[in-house]
Amino acid sequence: MINRFLRITLTLAGLVLLYPSAGSADTPLPVIHEPEGEGIKCVEPEEVMRRDHMNFILHQRDETMYKGIRTSKYSLAECIDCHVQPDDKGNIASIDSKEHFCNSCHEYAAVSIDCFECHADRPQKFIKRGGKSVSLQVELQQMLSANEDVGGELK
Amino acid sequence: MSDSVNHSRRSFLEKSAAVGAITIAPGIFLHQVASAKPDDQAINDSVRWGMLINTNKCEQGCTDCIDACNTEHGLVGNGRPETDTQYIRKVTLRDKQTGHELSLPLMCQHCETAPCVDVCPTGASFQRKDGIALVDKHICIGCRYCMMACPYKARSFVHEQVRNQTLSAPRGKGTVESCTMCVHRVDKDQVPACVEACSNGEHDAFIFGDLNDPNSEISKELEKNGGKQIRADLKLNTAVRYQGI
Repeated sequence: MINRFLRITLTLAGLVLLYPSAGSADTPLPVIHEPEGEGIKCVEPEEVMRRDHMNFILHQRDETMYKGIRTSKYSLAECIDCHVQPDDKGNIASIDSKEHFCNSCHEYAAVSIDCFECHADRPQKFIKRGGKSVSLQVELQQMLSANEDVGGELK
Repeated sequence: MSDSVNHSRRSFLEKSAAVGAITIAPGIFLHQVASAKPDDQAINDSVRWGMLINTNKCEQGCTDCIDACNTEHGLVGNGRPETDTQYIRKVTLRDKQTGHELSLPLMCQHCETAPCVDVCPTGASFQRKDGIALVDKHICIGCRYCMMACPYKARSFVHEQVRNQTLSAPRGKGTVESCTMCVHRVDKDQVPACVEACSNGEHDAFIFGDLNDPNSEISKELEKNGGKQIRADLKLNTAVRYQGI
């Protein structure tokens, strides 16, 4: 009986001792950017999005790809538009960084995602594009002539 | 929630819609509005999108369509023409007898019986109900069978990592891609970027439209003056047709 009492006491003591390390800095919690502005709400409640966001996006992807349904409610682009915003210095975290909305959670949960192999990781308005893009042939000619100037060779 | 319907409100709406149609119809041409597909509506096989290209109007050396396509899809070359992605190529043909040269844009021909779809081992190469041939990059494994099967050399493989893609053209390393007939624009009742650029440049070599609709501009022109398929012997029933070849 005493033995059992001791065991329980020791276990409880151990738990109390362990408690502070649960919130310590070696496993930082994900950083989630909450969109600013009054009345802005996600398309579903937070607990639903946490569990089911991948299903929503997957479903939407096939609807768009095969059926041409282009509603924006569950589109990945809409997620990105709200949740990926520049920080105070105006920098936008890339998908490789832990600061990125998607990656901060996914790295924490050790779940790798492929979305951003093909999709842009930031809202379109933050992507600077060169003016009129030149055709590949013109571009090649420009590169060739540029290389001639410096006596280089195109590889 | 009550199931009852407010009939007076409904009939009011019906009447106002009818009045609206009458008052709008005479002066303003509302074709775009009338045929616009709502975003939540699925496509169907009643339409088959196609293009007719008049090579006599296509200027040699002009790359308006290619430039517009590159901008639209965020295609940036890496200075390696052998492997860089191109959705449209300008092909120059020369008649050895007469020396006559003509230039034409060649892109995915959106065949009805598409060889790329036949050979794809994963089902990534597919055709939408409206006839547009696409690659579902989510399931493309990058085997490039479709590139070998395509008689028009229309497809490209993405060899290098891509970042900052455009919203309408997600593209990434290890997948095959080709002209999508600007499916994102077509779904919103706009014409493909190349067609728009050609008409903005006042060449008007392209006609884009519904091949299934006998009253569309493209069908009327095809009926009147005809249009050839490239490699018609393969019996692929292409959606892109050419005049002047």
